[in-house]
Amino acid sequence: MANMSPNRNVMPTQAPDVRSKNFDEVALGYTAEAAIDEAKRCLGCKHMPCVSGCPVKIHIPAFVAKVAEGEFEEAYRILSEASSLPAVCGRVCPQENQCEGKCVRGIKGEPVAIGRLERFVADYHNARADATIERPAPNGHKVAVVGSGPSGLTCAGDLAKKGYEVTVFEALHLAGGVLVYGIPEFRLPKAIVGKEIDGLRALGVKIETNAVIGKTYTVDELMEDMGFEAVFIGTGAGLPKFMGIEGENLNGVYSANEFLTRVNLMKAYRENSATPVQRPLRVAVVGGGNVAMDAARCARRFGAEVSIVYRRSMDELPARREEVEHAIEEGIVFRLLTNPTAILGDEKKNVTGIRCVEMELVEPDASGRRRPVIKEGSDFELAVDCVIMALGTSPNPLIKSTTKGLETEKWGGIVTDENGLTSREGVYAGGDAVTGAATVILAMGAGKTAAAAIDTYLKGRK
Amino acid sequence: MYKILDKRALNPTVTQMVIEAPAVARKAEPGQFIILRVDEEGERIPLTVADFDRERGSVTIIFQIVGATTEKLNHLEIGDSLCDFVGPLGRATETENLKKVAVVGGGVGCAIAYPVAKKLHELGCEVHAVVGFRTRELVILEEEFRAVSDRLVIMSDDGSYGEKGLVTDALKKLIESGERYDEVITIGPLIMMKFVCRLTGEYGIKTVASMNPIMIDGTGMCGGCRLSVGGETKFACVDGPEFDGHKIDFDEAIARSGMYKPFERKAHEETCNLFRMEVK
Repeated sequence: MANMSPNRNVMPTQAPDVRSKNFDEVALGYTAEAAIDEAKRCLGCKHMPCVSGCPVKIHIPAFVAKVAEGEFEEAYRILSEASSLPAVCGRVCPQENQCEGKCVRGIKGEPVAIGRLERFVADYHNARADATIERPAPNGHKVAVVGSGPSGLTCAGDLAKKGYEVTVFEALHLAGGVLVYGIPEFRLPKAIVGKEIDGLRALGVKIETNAVIGKTYTVDELMEDMGFEAVFIGTGAGLPKFMGIEGENLNGVYSANEFLTRVNLMKAYRENSATPVQRPLRVAVVGGGNVAMDAARCARRFGAEVSIVYRRSMDELPARREEVEHAIEEGIVFRLLTNPTAILGDEKKNVTGIRCVEMELVEPDASGRRRPVIKEGSDFELAVDCVIMALGTSPNPLIKSTTKGLETEKWGGIVTDENGLTSREGVYAGGDAVTGAATVILAMGAGKTAAAAIDTYLKGRK
Repeated sequence: MYKILDKRALNPTVTQMVIEAPAVARKAEPGQFIILRVDEEGERIPLTVADFDRERGSVTIIFQIVGATTEKLNHLEIGDSLCDFVGPLGRATETENLKKVAVVGGGVGCAIAYPVAKKLHELGCEVHAVVGFRTRELVILEEEFRAVSDRLVIMSDDGSYGEKGLVTDALKKLIESGERYDEVITIGPLIMMKFVCRLTGEYGIKTVASMNPIMIDGTGMCGGCRLSVGGETKFACVDGPEFDGHKIDFDEAIARSGMYKPFERKAHEETCNLFRMEVK
């Protein structure tokens, strides 16, 4: 008999006043009892609406059923058939818009907490020292993956499982892409990312760090000189945007990328870190996406008073609801319908404030969201010593500018067909490098699609 | 891991190291830079390529001991390894169609000016090198510069070596004496480059300055290295590191380079104290 409670099992979290002073993970994870109880809420629908909401098509009712039976390792096996990074997805996927958004239980109550169950199962598996990974027999074909973020790791994992000899090239000194430089420790502990990457290494995936494709090697060299028969480009959208307003180059103005990279990748939150980051007193984070929430919550953990400055209203905030709620609980102030017009500084070129205008929303624009316009005469100043620009990112032009015949959109995204094939034979792409900044799971879905297409392509060539 | 093949002190505060990094050596060109980390806990620091040997698979770096990271780097010896070494990053110096160039270097910047002078010399360009140092014991790469330049002027602030004065004094003299340069390339402290550019601006000589701002990734991701060039924001890591010196906002660049000075000073002192304790 299914558990017919309309409410899901509550996720235990660190108390807001405690967690806003540390970088430990906010959500603590289900116990085995809570996981089994939650799994029993699943009705096991035959038409599996949840699966249709999953970009990597995890067989959700099957794994949840195994959790309900207490067969956690078996649940993990089902998860890992479809996902290379379940411990990551269980934490950062916007499940409310995907699997859980389609859950039948969500009609009259709360949907089954699929993401939390995924996280529980992956953590259970990863905590077991004796979990071994079988390395598939090599099929003798070499594939290069450029970038070790979610799309690249997924593509690499899927190909390795089929016996391909896969090398992942990463520009930074550590694999993981946005999972290690962008998403903070308190939302996605780096030990978890490391564990998932160790799993890929155990499958035979080679990871070459400190290799900037377009500089150290080019895509053409990978294929012509280094023997790779296909290449997957998963270089993400790493180029930060600025507003182009006065004062943006003052000391104390960061791109969210820089602030987060210093804090997360370079561990500047630790007292003895070799990499510095400003310890500001008052911070304005400009933007309303998940990256803005991450930057704001990091700054808050340094003890700063933090405001999110966003030109639309709460309803249009693109960040996940959970992230916004966590940010509010942690004491972050939301200055909505507010837009910066200039950043102010002192004679030493340090930030002293930000000048803003109030906005009001009028008829919807091309994006379907109501368009913000300036309220005349509403100028005001906020005293801050740090401004973090979280306005979105665009694809890095490095690959495009060094790969002959690779077609891109005007805004920099790589052009592909529905299988991820680019304008170059044997060269595939996916994730933010193709779509522009999106989510971890969409990038994983693209990596998965491309891996299947690469397999078909190379089998056809044999 | 990237092995240290050679190490040599060029003066009491400047060290040259040859690093085994075949993939970087294969592609490196003068004007480009690398990013290194000394150890697993280290910060990423950019250093301009001082030389490279494609056959040996090595890249030469020259650094001044100014902070905790360079202090640690200087404590490594031949046979030790660096944890990370990535590159070549940035754009190479544009050397095409240059017939006569003045290369103006200051202090440790001469380490970066040298490969540029060498390349221009190899291309058959007439090279006048003007290099400046605070004092005699800080002079580096004198023989190397002499070998690749048609004219070499060494300046010292205190007159203890070469001529007394600033590189701008020497450059002005050369220009006034009738030397006509297609281009001036300047590499050194920001304040020196600012005044070199001001001088050449008066004479209308095209001038390229090599910038070395604070950065993390070196691939265009963080934007920490941004500069104002001709009123536009540029990233030194991907758009540079060399820019039209007459368009750079040097005052802004000077302010930005000082962003973490207090932190750096403290970290350097702590590192020095650690090394001192080890010696005891």
